[in-house]
Amino acid sequence: MGRVLLLQGNQAVVEGAIAAGVRFYGGYPITPSTEIAEGMAKRLPEVGGKFMQTEDELAGIGTVIGASMGGVKAMTATSGPGFSLKQEMIGLACSAEIPCVIVNVQRVGPATGQPTSPAQGDVMQARWGTHGDHWLIAVSPSSVPECFDLTRRAVALSETYRCPVILLMDEIVGHMRERIELPDSYEHLPVVKRKAPSVPPEEYMAYADTDGSKVPAMAAFGSGYRWHVSGLVHDETGFPKGTPAATKNSQDRLREKLAKNEEDIVKAERYRADDADVVVVAYGGAARTAYDAVDLARGAGIRAGLFRPITIWPFAERAIGELTQKAKCLLVHELNCGQYVREVERAVKGRVPVRLYAKYDNEPATPEQLLAEIRKAAEGIKEGRQ
Amino acid sequence: MKSMEELVNVYFRPGRLPHLWCPGCGNGVILGALLKAIDAEGLEKDNVAIISGIGCSSRASGYVDFNTANTLHGRALPISTGLKMARPDLNVITLSGDGDCSAIGGNHLIHAVRRNVGLTLVVFNNSIYGMTGGQYSPLTPIGSRATTAPYLTIEPSFDILALAQAAGATFTARATTYHVPVLVDVLRKGIRHDGFSIIEVVTGCPTNFGRQNKIGAPALMMEWQKDHAVPRAAWEKLDDEARRGKFPIGVLFERTDEKEYTKAYDEIIERAQAAKKEETA
Repeated sequence: MGRVLLLQGNQAVVEGAIAAGVRFYGGYPITPSTEIAEGMAKRLPEVGGKFMQTEDELAGIGTVIGASMGGVKAMTATSGPGFSLKQEMIGLACSAEIPCVIVNVQRVGPATGQPTSPAQGDVMQARWGTHGDHWLIAVSPSSVPECFDLTRRAVALSETYRCPVILLMDEIVGHMRERIELPDSYEHLPVVKRKAPSVPPEEYMAYADTDGSKVPAMAAFGSGYRWHVSGLVHDETGFPKGTPAATKNSQDRLREKLAKNEEDIVKAERYRADDADVVVVAYGGAARTAYDAVDLARGAGIRAGLFRPITIWPFAERAIGELTQKAKCLLVHELNCGQYVREVERAVKGRVPVRLYAKYDNEPATPEQLLAEIRKAAEGIKEGRQ
Repeated sequence: MKSMEELVNVYFRPGRLPHLWCPGCGNGVILGALLKAIDAEGLEKDNVAIISGIGCSSRASGYVDFNTANTLHGRALPISTGLKMARPDLNVITLSGDGDCSAIGGNHLIHAVRRNVGLTLVVFNNSIYGMTGGQYSPLTPIGSRATTAPYLTIEPSFDILALAQAAGATFTARATTYHVPVLVDVLRKGIRHDGFSIIEVVTGCPTNFGRQNKIGAPALMMEWQKDHAVPRAAWEKLDDEARRGKFPIGVLFERTDEKEYTKAYDEIIERAQAAKKEETA
């Protein structure tokens, strides 16, 4: 049984969060993400959860981290300017390994930019926004149904790997209305629980890798396991440690806990890509143009396809590399001046040409505009030039 | 009441000492008084969370055996608030310094006060940024010397309790590291208060404030506290002239006419669930 609804992407995020078991939200209103705060304010208390409109963006993610320490699944949402403000706290969540989900509905930047216009200019910030080496996960939905699914997945990844997860949306997906089918009740949907300690409190070491997964078990504050959260470099006890080895060990484990689980974390969609000469690489809202553009190109006799990273970070390095076994050219399309394209170039290592169709004028591309770029790429292949 | 040695044995985490505070620093006195208050109130360790920001004061959280967090500069209050929302049953005690709380975390302070979240905030006011070596804070008295004020400060300082009261505080108190019985007493009352309580503790930083301002040795800084702090009852009887340069200690303001925030939020849950029931009926 289910309900067929017409929802905005932002509203689908709210439903996904409720379904995933998120029971705390702290945040500050900002266009184009505000519908998420409004939806959470209405929905959370209905299911016994709590919503707070905080004094600023920093307090938004701060309350989320505090609630998560208390064992409650917690989320915040924002857009560019607020995402910049949340960066220090994202670093704390990386270092102290506090699960939380941060939604960024991207708009045109920098600064106040264009609040109601779509862009994907925060894709590198999502990876490197906070200072210092750090590892986190970012996922990017392209449709309203996927907003529901990926919000649940973001929560699950965050709880499983004890790291902040960025749900990297854009104004297109956030404000787009689409048909979505939701279950009447979320009770039967699987909900991921963070790993609880398997040892008694006196033996618990908050950051010990007890099962080889590199992900330490996390006790909720008030559960009888008393431990210490710190943003200072700490060893497996959780207490600050200043030695070179402690720093290196900590960085190594934080990196490896995601790297060794890449197969589980890194997901992508391939659309007509198997035999494609020209593979469009596009994510989030920009990918929506690509399905039609690929179909139009196929109709015109060009073997085109789409590779859509769903997990934006960690980067789908292996899958992108593998594309070059068949593809003769990759065409990266993104709504910025060209950011993700550099990652693609790194993975491709010059084996095939990588072209960029960058659009950064407040508006998404039309399928015809992208088709024109696909044509140029196909002609380039024919003429043997880039 | 337990002796200090007993308190150390019960509440300090084994292996976490020595602490990093300088000789003569008052922070240990405050932490000791806090443990006395927690012990006297009969709180279970598992039900106490100590959340701190960044600075000398904030290192206190790591030494003691509770649910603890040494978070980010200025952000102890939002994190404490989130924890309290998740676990209203916990006694959440927030430790912060004058810079942490009134400068970089100033916005969070006024809003935590305004919401009346059930937190106990202890402000270690040593009038200076000690950890970074003696820069002036919003609580540094005007005319003081600091490493970033080599020609003396020209900024008036906050009265942080007056600030809190203007923001709608339901409990404010002050003590010094000289007046330990007063300190323990106001900490106990602050913990018991059902709402947000702010306790300012005037403490000495001989290394980074006393030395620069030629106040001198730790004992002299304690004497300064003794000479300048006036118990509230006596304070009430002083005229403006007699009050000049001095400050009151004890519980300065308390009211119980406002609901604690997480309890008020329970009413939101009730209203939302009643509305939902009506909608589906």
